[in-house]
Amino acid sequence: MSSLGVPGRRVAIVAGVRTPFARAGTALKDYSALELARHAVAALMQRTELDGASVDLVVFGTVLPSVLTPNPAREVALLPHFPRDVQAFTVGRACASANQAITDAADQILLGHATVAIAGGTESLSQVPILHSRRMSDTLVAASKAKSLGERLSTLARVRPRDLVPVTPAISEPSTGETMGQSADTMAKLNGITRDAQDAFALRSHQRAATGLADGRLTAEITPITVPPRHTEALAIDNGVRADSSLAQLAALKPVFDRAYGSVTAGNASPLTDGASAVLLMREDVAQALGYTPLAFIRSYAYAAIDPAEQLLQAPVFAAPRALARAGLTLADMDLVDMHEAFAAQVLSNLHGFASTAWAERAGLDAPLGEIDPDRLNVLGGSLSIGHPFGATGGRIVTTLANELARRNAAFGLLTVCAAGGMGHAMVLERA
Amino acid sequence: MTSALSPVTLSVEDQIAVVTFDAPGPVNALNSGLATHFQSIFERIDRDDAIRAAILVSGKTDTWIAGADIDELAAVSSASEAEAISRAGHRLLDQLAALRKPVVAAIHGACLGGGLEVALACHWRVLSDHPKSTCALPEVQLGLLPGAGGTQRLPRLIGLQAALDLILTGRTVRPRKAKTLGLVDDLVHPAILRRVALQRARELAERTRTRVARPSGAAELLLEDNPIGRAIVFRKARESVMAKTRGAYPAPLAALEVIAEGYAHGVARGLDAEARAFGRLAMTPQCRELVFLFYATTALKKEGGSVTAVAPRPVRRLGIVGGGFMGAGVASVAVQQDLLVRVRDASSERITGMLRTVRDVLDARRRRKRLTRQEHEQAMARVSGGTDLTGFRRADLIIEAVYEDLAVKHAVLRDIEAVAPDAVFASNTSTIPIARIAEAASRPERVVGMHFFSPVDKMPLLEVIAAPATSDETVATAVACGRTLGKTVIVVRDGPGFYVNRVLAPYLNAAGALLDEGASVPAVDAALIAWGFPVGPFTLLDEVGLDVAGKSGAVLAEAFGERMLAASSLARLIQSGRLGRKGGRGFYTYDDGTRGAVDSGVYALTAVGESRQAFSDDDVQMRCVLPMLNEAVRCLEDGIIRAPRVGDVGAVFGIGFPPFRGGPFRTIDALGAAECVRQLLALDARFPGRYTPADMLRRMAEHGERFYPATGKPL
Repeated sequence: MSSLGVPGRRVAIVAGVRTPFARAGTALKDYSALELARHAVAALMQRTELDGASVDLVVFGTVLPSVLTPNPAREVALLPHFPRDVQAFTVGRACASANQAITDAADQILLGHATVAIAGGTESLSQVPILHSRRMSDTLVAASKAKSLGERLSTLARVRPRDLVPVTPAISEPSTGETMGQSADTMAKLNGITRDAQDAFALRSHQRAATGLADGRLTAEITPITVPPRHTEALAIDNGVRADSSLAQLAALKPVFDRAYGSVTAGNASPLTDGASAVLLMREDVAQALGYTPLAFIRSYAYAAIDPAEQLLQAPVFAAPRALARAGLTLADMDLVDMHEAFAAQVLSNLHGFASTAWAERAGLDAPLGEIDPDRLNVLGGSLSIGHPFGATGGRIVTTLANELARRNAAFGLLTVCAAGGMGHAMVLERA
Repeated sequence: MTSALSPVTLSVEDQIAVVTFDAPGPVNALNSGLATHFQSIFERIDRDDAIRAAILVSGKTDTWIAGADIDELAAVSSASEAEAISRAGHRLLDQLAALRKPVVAAIHGACLGGGLEVALACHWRVLSDHPKSTCALPEVQLGLLPGAGGTQRLPRLIGLQAALDLILTGRTVRPRKAKTLGLVDDLVHPAILRRVALQRARELAERTRTRVARPSGAAELLLEDNPIGRAIVFRKARESVMAKTRGAYPAPLAALEVIAEGYAHGVARGLDAEARAFGRLAMTPQCRELVFLFYATTALKKEGGSVTAVAPRPVRRLGIVGGGFMGAGVASVAVQQDLLVRVRDASSERITGMLRTVRDVLDARRRRKRLTRQEHEQAMARVSGGTDLTGFRRADLIIEAVYEDLAVKHAVLRDIEAVAPDAVFASNTSTIPIARIAEAASRPERVVGMHFFSPVDKMPLLEVIAAPATSDETVATAVACGRTLGKTVIVVRDGPGFYVNRVLAPYLNAAGALLDEGASVPAVDAALIAWGFPVGPFTLLDEVGLDVAGKSGAVLAEAFGERMLAASSLARLIQSGRLGRKGGRGFYTYDDGTRGAVDSGVYALTAVGESRQAFSDDDVQMRCVLPMLNEAVRCLEDGIIRAPRVGDVGAVFGIGFPPFRGGPFRTIDALGAAECVRQLLALDARFPGRYTPADMLRRMAEHGERFYPATGKPL
C-alpha cells in the first residue's frame, strides 16, 4: 500500500492556523462560530500570503450550526481575501467535523476537482442555539400567518408560562439518551480505568500543553484575537491550560456524571470551548509551483463506527487499524500519535483497545496494534487541557501533528478522533 | 427637431416620450448651449398629441446630470453675465415645470447641482437604489448657490429645514435618504428604473396616480408653516453657518436670504433674488478661489505625478511597519478599500492597540452610517498584524511609520529588502530626507516618501516625495495608492521638510516670536482664525505634538539657517517637557482630550516673562502668513514643487490654509507680488534675516508678474 494520490499529486498540508481555544463563557463568548472561522482563515491567508484566487474550495465543519448561517463555509469564502466565486460547503460529523472537512477537501483534490483548498472547523459553545418549545414555535408560526391584528393577538394569547421554557441542546446521544460524560464513565468501568490514571493523564495533558505554549510550538499555530466588547486586549493562548495544575487538585474534584461510583470529573474531561481552526491543503505539485514547502502529506485516512449503546467513544480502535492498513504501515512506524482527548477515560480506553486481543479480534486483526510509546503520544497535550470546540478540534490536531512531524523531521504520524454516535476517525500523515 | 448628433434626443414609446440626455464627453453637464435643445424638446412634448407624458433619462452609464459646466462659469467676467445664466436656467426649468404633460425624471448616477434642479422641476422622480446614485446641491462648496431654482423648489418639496441642510452644506444624499426626505418619489433597482419611470409617467398622464403631499411631522408644522417658526429656523441656520464659516463665505448666507425672500414674497421674487445673488456670488473672490481649487485638484487627479506617464504597480497587499497612530491611521483607511493590510510592530500589545485604533475609526464610520455592519466586518478582516515580517513577503507596497530616527529607518529598510526586495518602500517620515533613508537601500529606485497627515482618516492630503533615485514607477505607485486611499496627492521633490512642513515652519516660528515679544497665546490663535485658518498656530502645535514639531524644526533650521530658527520660547517649551494634546499639556492644558485654558506656566518661559501686551490682528496675521507665502515661493524656486497649484493645493489640504484664499500663491496674486515684497522688506528690517523676500518674488514684483492669469479659467 502507499499514499493517497499518485506521486507528485498527493495532498499536502501546507499550513494551519487556529484561534486560541477559550473556555466557553470567557474571552471569546461574544464571537459567533462564523466570526471565529473567518478570523482563523483571514490569518491563514495573511500568514501564507496565498493569492485568494488560487483557492478552489472552502470546507468547514461544525457541530451546532447557527440557523442564521447554515453554511458558514460560504460566509468564510466571502472574506475579502478571496474572489467572490470560491464555492464552499459545511459538513457535520460530530467531534470529527473538521476532520471530515479536511478529508472531503482532500478527496476533491485527489479527484482533480480542486488543487488548493481550505478546510477547517469552528464552534462556539458560548453561543449555542437555544430553541423555543414545540408549542411556542407552533404558536409563533401561527401568529405570523395571522391575517389581522386581532387574530394575531388571540393566537398569542394562547401562550402559557410552560411554553416559554426554552429547549437547550444537550450533549446526549439521541439513540440512547446517555450524555457523553455518562458514556465515558461507563467506558472507565468497562475497561478498568481508574480515577488516578485519568487524573494523571489529564495532568500530563496540561503540563505538555503548557510547555508547548511556553516554548512557542503551540503559540505559533495560534492567531491572537482581540477580546470584545472593548477590544483593548487580545487573547493569544488557550485559556484553559493550567501550568500549575496538580494531582492533588485534580483528585479533589467530585465526579460529575455518576456521583456515587463515577470517576469522570471536570478535571479529567475536556471543557466546553470556543474556537476555530483552518488548514491549507494543496496538491503536491501545485504547492511546489506556488512556492510552498508542505509540512506533511495525507497518506491515508479512515472512519469507523460502533454501537453507541456499547462504548460510545471507542471507535478509534477500529478506525486506526483501517487507516494504518490503508497506509501499509504499522503502529510501530508512527513517530508521533495525536489522539483527541474528549475524556481521559476515553483516551485510556482507546489505548487499552489498541493493545487488547479481544478488540483486535473485533476489528478483524490478527494481532493487536500494540502499545503506544507515551513519549510519542500527544506530545503537546490535547483537548483535556487545550479545550475542545467540537467542530474545530480536528483542524487543531492535524496542524499540530504536521508541524511537530516537520519540526522533528519525523517520517509518520497517526491521529485519531472519537465522535458522538459511536464514530471514530484516524489519519496517517507522512513527511517524505 | 432632434438629430443623431443632438445631445438631447426624443423617442416615443407607446405614447410616452423618452428624452435621453447624452452630452459629448464622459459626463452630462449643463451649459447654456443646451437650452435650445431642451426647449425644442419640451415644445414638441407640449405640442405633439401622440405624446401623453415623458421620462428624462441619461445616456451615460453612471451619471445622470453631474451639474453645470464649470468652464462656462469660470469664463464669466461680470455679475450680470452670471445672473443671465441663472435666469436662462429659470426660464428653461419653468417651461419644464409648467408642461401640461407629466415629465418623470428617471435618475441613475450622480444627480448634482443643476442636475438635481432639473429633477426638481420634473413632476415625479424615480431614483435607482445604487451606490452611484447621489443627489446634492454642492454649489456653496464653489462659493455659489443653486441658481436654477433650487433654492425655491427644494424647500417646497422636502421642507425648509431639510432643504437648508442640503443647500447650506452641499452635502451628498444617498438613495435611501433621498427617499426618506421626499426628494424622490420612488426608489427602485436600476434594472427596472426605466420601466417604473414609464409606468409612473403613464399613470400620471391617466391621472390614476397623483402627487400626494409629503406628510410633515409635528415639529415641522410648528416651525415651518408660519412666519414666526420660519424666523426661528432661519436664525438657527444663520447661527450655524456663522459658527462654521465665521462669516468668511458669503454663499451660504446669500442662500439663506434668497430662500427667506421666497417664503416672504413668493416664488417669483425668490427666483429673482436667486438670480441676482448667483450673479453677485460668481464675482466674489471666495467663488473664484474655490473654483480654482476645484480645477487644481481635478488637474492633480489627472496626472500621475511624474513627467513621464508610467503605469503604477497595482497595490493589493499593503505592509505597514509601525502600528502607532500614523501606521494604524493608514491601515484604517486602507481596509476601507480593497487592500489587505499586514502590520508589524514591536509587541503584541502594540498590534492590539493598532487593531483597536482601526476599529475605532470603523466604528465611528459605522455610527455615522457610512459603513454597513457587513462592510465593517469585511474591513476589519483585511487587517492583521504580528511582531515579525510574516505576511510581508508578497506585499506590493510597504509603508514604514516607525520612530523618526535615521538608524531605525535604515534597519527597517534593510529588513524589508531582505524579505520583499521587489516591494515599493515608502517612508512616512515628516523630517528625514528620503535620499538619506535610501542610502541604506540596495534598490534606492524603490524608495519613496509618503507623508500622511494626522489623523490619517480625516486629513485629505498626501505628500509623495520623490528622491533623485526614485523611479517613475515607484512615484506613480505611491500616487495611485494614495488616491486609492482617498487622498488628494501632491508630488514634491525631496528636501528638508518637503513642502508642507517647510512652509509651515516659518509661520509657526513667527507665532513663537510673537509669544516671545509678549503676545498672548489665544490672541495669536484668534487672529489667524480670523484670517481663515481652522485653528491657530499654537493649537496646531499642540495637536501635532511639540516633540514632533521640535524635531522637524531642528532639521529645517539646520538646512535653512536663520529664517527657520525656532523662537526661543518654542525651544524652551519643548525642553519643559510639554508634548501638546497627547501629553495633556502644551500651550493649552487638556483634560481628558478637551482643551482648557492656556497653560499658566507658558508665559514664564518667554523672554519678557509673564507680562502680556496687545498686538493688532493685522500685524499678527502678516507676520505669520507672509513668511509662509515667501517660503512657498522658495519651494517653487527650488523645484520642491513644480507648479504653484501644487503648492496651493498642498497648503489648503495639508495645513488648512483658508480655502477661500485659494492657497499661498493665489494669496500672493491677490495681494500683488510688489505689495508682498514691500511688506516683507519692512518686516525684514524689524527682524533681520527672517523675512528676506525670495528672489523669484522680487523678480515678479519688478515685472508685475502673477502666478496665475488674472481673468478667465485659472488653469
